[in-house]
Amino acid sequence: MLGAYLPILLLVIVAVGFGLCSLVFSSLIGPKKISALKLSPYESGCEPVGTARERFSIKFYLIAMLFILFDIEAVFLYPWAILYKKLGVFGLVEMGLFIVILFVGYIYVWKKGALEWE
Amino acid sequence: MDMISIPVVNMTPILPEIFLSVLAMVLLLLNVFSPSGKKSYLAYISFIGIAATAVLVGAGWGGHIESFSGAVILDNFATFFKMIFLLAAGLTVLISDQYMEREECNHGELYPLILFTVVGMMLMASGTDLMTIFLGLEVMSVSLYVLAGFNRNNKKSNEAGLKYFLLGAFSTGFLLYGMALTYGATGTTRVYKIASVVGQMTLPSANIMLLAGMLLMMTGFAFKIAAAPFHMWTPDVYEGAPTPMTAFMSAGPKAAGFAALLRILLVALPTLQIEWSQLLWVLAVLTMTVGNITALRQDNIKRMLAYSSIAHAGYALVGLVAGNGTGTAGILFYMLSYAFMNIGAFAIIILVSKKGETNGNVMDFAGLGFKRPLLAVAMTIFLFSLAGMPPTAGFIGKFYLFSGAVQKGYIWLAVIGVLNSAASVYYYLRVMVYMYMKEPTEEFEWTQVTAPVALALIISVAGSMIPGIVPSFILEFAQQAVKLI
Repeated sequence: MLGAYLPILLLVIVAVGFGLCSLVFSSLIGPKKISALKLSPYESGCEPVGTARERFSIKFYLIAMLFILFDIEAVFLYPWAILYKKLGVFGLVEMGLFIVILFVGYIYVWKKGALEWE
Repeated sequence: MDMISIPVVNMTPILPEIFLSVLAMVLLLLNVFSPSGKKSYLAYISFIGIAATAVLVGAGWGGHIESFSGAVILDNFATFFKMIFLLAAGLTVLISDQYMEREECNHGELYPLILFTVVGMMLMASGTDLMTIFLGLEVMSVSLYVLAGFNRNNKKSNEAGLKYFLLGAFSTGFLLYGMALTYGATGTTRVYKIASVVGQMTLPSANIMLLAGMLLMMTGFAFKIAAAPFHMWTPDVYEGAPTPMTAFMSAGPKAAGFAALLRILLVALPTLQIEWSQLLWVLAVLTMTVGNITALRQDNIKRMLAYSSIAHAGYALVGLVAGNGTGTAGILFYMLSYAFMNIGAFAIIILVSKKGETNGNVMDFAGLGFKRPLLAVAMTIFLFSLAGMPPTAGFIGKFYLFSGAVQKGYIWLAVIGVLNSAASVYYYLRVMVYMYMKEPTEEFEWTQVTAPVALALIISVAGSMIPGIVPSFILEFAQQAVKLI
């Protein structure tokens, strides 16, 4: 019974081992060029210390919203890809419709200029 | 290789929904690809599309088709309500263009959004699964939130959109929790299966989970139909939203809420009728009284009609408390005539008010009877119908609602309803007094009546009068519609 979980145990060991090895070996043999930017918690993010009431562009919200929209819809494509053959023509037609509806939304946001930053 | 068995799906029941959705998407693309400027052609296409859908829906009258393994149904009940939604949307489209042009917010997205709202409402009326009903409600609500805040240069419209969204999302939580509890108690979300499971319970009224589910679902729908004490959003949203959208909101979604409430209470939970009719009795009395008494003190006419629309939800609830053939047919009849008279009244308000939603007080109607006698006559008919005076549609509607209650022995409820109706005459007559007995305080240009608005007014006047003079024609349809559920 428990033997069935052996592959999962192996996967966990390999994953943890890979992570540990990368960290250990890169700190042992990797070159170290320390700079203030490199030591900050988020190398390419916001300043981590300072006032929390900073204003930033509303465009981020729009991009985030569009990302979530299309990202969530893309998630539906994975199960279809797995069951592609079993679902047959019915699945193809249904997903075709789904993608067409998605595409209408995409054309709309594109033409409205929501994807342009400036 | 084993194939997944694909269920045989009969698309006939949702053909109108599919047609409208496709039309809405086409309009959305037409709008972005056409140069900015006049958007009137979108209104015309929408109107023709809505009329075509009405033909499609009407062709299904008398049919009885279940589809999607019992999640959607095509029956007379759904068909009747779909006709009300299409009517409300058609009239709204007719009165929108001129208003949006004047308020300088004539964005083409208006029409696809109205069509999507109709799709949602149609799904609510034809859904026989709690999930379908919920999905329909969400499609309707999300579009409505945008429509309420459509005039984005107007602060009040923004406020209306945000308020509607926050409170609407909150009430959706109640509804969904109620559906979850009902599912927990019965093990199914299919409305007809819930009925048989509850019917087999030895003592369903002692099943706390089921009762809580019913209560929460009723709360959610009471919010959508703006019944007191869940009406607090109504005045602010109705006042702030663009006037054509207020007209639409008070006619369409209110009817959709009643459609879903009727389907769930009468089909799924008839065994609990004693329980829910007691609750609705209190709700109906509160709604009528709060709506009418608050409306007495309003000077802004949109706000006044918002409170009046709360009161009208109360009258319709009287029919549901009765729960018999006369009462429920009365609700269908009333929702139809309410769509005519209310959208008609709002169309007149659009013509009287000025750019930036100014000039919207009862006092601004002063002298309308002398300057624009035809408009004043139309407004008088709408107000008489709203007040429930014979021979208008409003009178016959109220007559059936209250006589349904009397038949079931709810004498006091009918008495309270009639008293409320009498009180409401005051604030409707007040507008008429200003129209016919006062001189206008200042001279100004009256807005021109364009052809689409004139058409909407003619349809509304006919719809407020004809069912009042020959009620049997529409009532027969309404009675056939409630027979099957």
